[in-house]
Amino acid sequence: MKNILPVLTVTFALLIGWYLAVVPMNAQWERDQAARAGAEITFTELVSRTMAQDRPRLPAPHQVAVELWNSTWVEEMTGRRGWWNTGTLSNRSLVYHGWVTFSATMLGFAIGTGLGITLAVGIVYNRAMDASVMPWAIASQTIPIIALAPMIIVVLNSVGISGMIPKAVIAAYLSFFPVVVGMVKGLRAPDAMQLDLMKTWSAPGLAVFLRLRLPSSMPYLFASLKVGIAAALVGTIVGELPVQQGGLGVRLLSGSYYGQTVQIWSALFAAAILAATMVGVIGLIQRATLKRMGMAQ
Amino acid sequence: MQVSASNAVIEAKTLNLTFQTNDGPVHALKDVNLTINKGEFVSFIGPSGCGKTTLLRVIADLEQPTSGKITVNGLSPEAARRARAYGYVFQAAGLYPWRTIEGNVRLPLEIMGYARADQRERVARVLELVELKGFEKKFPWQLSGGMQQRASIARALAFDADILLMDEPFGALDEIVRDRLNEELLKLWARTEKTIAFVTHSIPEAVYLSTKIVVMSPRPGRITDIIESTLPSERPLDIRDSAEFIAIAHRVREGLRAGHVDD
Repeated sequence: MKNILPVLTVTFALLIGWYLAVVPMNAQWERDQAARAGAEITFTELVSRTMAQDRPRLPAPHQVAVELWNSTWVEEMTGRRGWWNTGTLSNRSLVYHGWVTFSATMLGFAIGTGLGITLAVGIVYNRAMDASVMPWAIASQTIPIIALAPMIIVVLNSVGISGMIPKAVIAAYLSFFPVVVGMVKGLRAPDAMQLDLMKTWSAPGLAVFLRLRLPSSMPYLFASLKVGIAAALVGTIVGELPVQQGGLGVRLLSGSYYGQTVQIWSALFAAAILAATMVGVIGLIQRATLKRMGMAQ
Repeated sequence: MQVSASNAVIEAKTLNLTFQTNDGPVHALKDVNLTINKGEFVSFIGPSGCGKTTLLRVIADLEQPTSGKITVNGLSPEAARRARAYGYVFQAAGLYPWRTIEGNVRLPLEIMGYARADQRERVARVLELVELKGFEKKFPWQLSGGMQQRASIARALAFDADILLMDEPFGALDEIVRDRLNEELLKLWARTEKTIAFVTHSIPEAVYLSTKIVVMSPRPGRITDIIESTLPSERPLDIRDSAEFIAIAHRVREGLRAGHVDD
């Protein structure tokens, strides 16, 4: 917890910079309004009005915070369609959309991690895969996901798969890559001496894998999972853009359709909070696992 | 297998090993003839590149000879390895950081499928043998380098191999720790009656420990002298100041120097 002060300092600096940017970004509209009304506008008035616009170019931090609060706690606890009154999540709340995104992300992350580990094991144990898979994996990541996502959705939809699965496939497409790279490195982490030692015991291949290669790869796996889960979230959000069936991606896109910048920013922050939480949870699992393995510093 | 009349455990006849490298062939071993009898403590000594480690690795079936014949317990090295005829101790302890000392020593037993009760009993016994009792639950990083190496020796002793192959096991340790471990190794050898093949580049270590000293020289790697030690089996550390010890050490040094003449 000793890094809390630096983190707070940076956050504070960012907030100041943000507030400072709000005034010039939104000032033109206020000046136009004042000119149209034929009124003079003082600088203090200008500053206070730029912080309270309905559709600002750049919303002020407190506007985003209020929107986040309103579209989560307030909507669910007091809203007509909220969880308190209906027992189900309101489709106007970020809790609902966050959940939609989170569940698809987790499914995609699970698929991506499974695929990544499988490919890594193949690459380490099979010479043909060692020679052939990695270039394809790299090539797959050079294609912009924004171009690929609609095609994946259309193709899957034409064979009758829709809903969460296409989004999860896109999430998996992005998240398998760091897992492959990390796990190949991790499974190859044991040095020649450790492998020789296994050979002197005539250890069967499965024992070498389970007792040497797999434990050796754990630190690499967790580093990859952290990158992978963030990538899975990005993939899911991109996958939600063309579908419009709920999720943070939908909130982002509809916000931009209707010029609801405050909504966009609050959805962005919801996504960021979600990502930070997921990465944080993996960090906790990592610490617990490595501690149990006696490898924590 | 037919039991031979002699009690030779390891026998090499005109053994050759040539590595093909980008700079052309390297003769790691040339016409090596050697017999190691049961219960002997044999040291291989020589400058780097003389093939002493390679020879140990050939015995362990970690390298394949190019020509010649070698038997371990009357079997081919591969068959002997599969029969788990030897324990191997590397220069680095090579303990798994995610396993406790106990877990590390137990590892070969788990792989070889010993029963759980038997595992426990063996781990306790060998840890006591290397004087690591009380450190069972510690992780390797909590132990000094010397203690880690003792744990790796315990690991090699845990299963029923009657040969112990040691590749500069104390090379990375300081002089004081090395002296103590040498003394302990001799006691351990006396108690367990194993056959030990020991690679070193320290003359005092070789003379102090061995019943037989194999002097090797490089380019091509070959045996230049085999010295049967005349030292008594009871060897306190100060035997190293005796005239006999110094005489043997002198002969080893002469052998090493002779090997260097053609450089």
